[in-house]
Amino acid sequence: MIEYFTSREFLVLMAKMVAIFGGVMTALAYTTLLERRMMAFVQMRPGPNRVGPFGLLQPLADGLKFLLKEQVVPTNANVLLYYAAPIVSLIPALLSFSVIPFGPDLKITDLNVGLLFIFAITSLGVYGIVLGGWASNSKYPLMGAMRASAQMLSYELSLTLSVVGVLMISRTLSLAHLVTSQQGTWFGFIPRWNIFLQPVAFFVYVISAVAETNRLPFDLAESEQELVAGWHTEYSGMKFAMFFLAEYANMVTVSSIATILFLGGWNGPMFGPCWLQMALPTVWFVSKVFAFIFAYIMIRATVPRIRYDQLMQFGWKVLLPLALANILITSLVVALS
Amino acid sequence: MIQILFLLFAALAVGAAINVLVQKHVLYSSLSLIVMLTAVSALFILLQAEFLAVINVIVYAGAIVVLFIFVIMLLNLPVDEDGTDRLRWLKFAGIPLGLFLLFLIGATVWNVGVASSSTQMTGSPEAIGQSLFTDYVLPFELTSLLILIALMGAVVFAKKDV
Repeated sequence: MIEYFTSREFLVLMAKMVAIFGGVMTALAYTTLLERRMMAFVQMRPGPNRVGPFGLLQPLADGLKFLLKEQVVPTNANVLLYYAAPIVSLIPALLSFSVIPFGPDLKITDLNVGLLFIFAITSLGVYGIVLGGWASNSKYPLMGAMRASAQMLSYELSLTLSVVGVLMISRTLSLAHLVTSQQGTWFGFIPRWNIFLQPVAFFVYVISAVAETNRLPFDLAESEQELVAGWHTEYSGMKFAMFFLAEYANMVTVSSIATILFLGGWNGPMFGPCWLQMALPTVWFVSKVFAFIFAYIMIRATVPRIRYDQLMQFGWKVLLPLALANILITSLVVALS
Repeated sequence: MIQILFLLFAALAVGAAINVLVQKHVLYSSLSLIVMLTAVSALFILLQAEFLAVINVIVYAGAIVVLFIFVIMLLNLPVDEDGTDRLRWLKFAGIPLGLFLLFLIGATVWNVGVASSSTQMTGSPEAIGQSLFTDYVLPFELTSLLILIALMGAVVFAKKDV
C-alpha cells in the first residue's frame, strides 16, 4: 500500500489531476470573462475592461467578491438542501473531467464505458437545480426548477440517442479509443472525423447540448423576464458562484464530448520539434472545445429565447425523431457494409 | 480494500433503503432513493460490472427519480402525517411477503452460484449485448413489449376523450 503512494505512477497521476483540475478551473473562470466580453462586443458596449489589462483580472476580482459576500438564507428555506444544492450541482460537473482525454497522455483515467460514465454523472447534475429551486421555498425558483427538470429530461433523450450512430461506427465506448478511431484522412486531405459521417447526429447533439446546459435560446429555467433568475433567484455569494461554475463546467463537458465524438478529439496536424509535438494534441483539443464555446456564446448573443411549449415540441417532435431516424439509417448502413 | 469498500457501500445502500421507508416527507424519501441507487452502482463497479453500474445511474437516478421529484414538486405534497395509519394493514402483509422475496433471492443465488459471476468479460457492454440478443432474446423482447404496453396505457390515461 505505502509503496503505491510513493511510486512514480501515483505521483504522475496526482500531477495530472492537479494540472487538469487547475487548468479546467482557470479555463472556466476565463470562459465567464470571454462570454461577458463577447456579449458586450455584440451589443456594442465595452464590457468589463477595468480590472487589469483588457479586464483580464476580472475573474479574480469576481471570485474574491463571491467569497466575501454575506451568506443569505431565505426565511422558511430548507437550510440543509439549500446548502447542499450548489454542491450537488458542482461535483458531478467537475467529476466528468476525470475521464476526458485532453491529449494522448493527458487524461486521469480511461474507462471502457467512459462516455456512458459522463452521461450518468451529468444526469445527476439536474438534482442540484431541482433541489436549489425547491429548497429556496419561493415561487420563481420552484417554477424554474420544474421547467429545468422537464427540459433536461426531454433533451437528455435526444442527446444520448444522437451519439448512438457514432458509437455504432467506432464500436467503442472508451473516449480514448473514440479519438484514435478518427485518426488519418480520406483522399489525403479530409480528416476522418465523425462529423462527415454523422452530420445529422452532430446537429442533434449540438442543439440538445445547448438545451442540456440551460443556455439561450433554451434557458427557460432562468428566463429573466418571467422568472427573475429562475432556480437560483434566492442564491448569492459563493453558493451562486458554484451554480455558475457548474453551468460553465457543463458547457465545457458537452463541448469536449462533441469534440471527441465528432471532431476527432486531439487529432490534428503534427509538426515542429519534439516539445511542440508533445503539446500540439492538447492545443488542438482545447482550440476545438473553445470553438464550441465561442459558438455557444454567439448563439446566446444573437438568438432570442423560444417559448416553453415550443421548447417541448421541438425536443419531442423534431429532435427525437431525427435522432431515431439517424440510428435506423446508420444501423442499416453498418449492417449492410 | 475492495472488501471494506463493498461492505461500506452495501451498508450505505441498506441504510438509505430503510431511510426511504422511514422518512415522513416524500421528497426526502426520493433523495434517499438516489443515495441507495448510487450506492448500488458503486457495488456494481466493485464487482467489475461498469456497464450495469452506469446504466443504473442513467436510467434510475438520472431519469426516473427526477420524474418522481418533478411530480412531488408539481403537486407540492404536504408532509404525510396520517398516511401510515391508512396503510397499517400493509405492515402485516409486508413481513411474509418480504420473507418470501428473501427466500426467492436466496434460492436464485444458491442455484446460480457466486463463482460464475467473477469472469473477466461479463460486465463489458459487448458481453451484455451478446447475451441479451442471443441467449435472452425472448425475455428481452417480452420486457420491451411490456414497457411499450405500459407506455400506451399511460397515453390512453392522459388523453381526456378517447
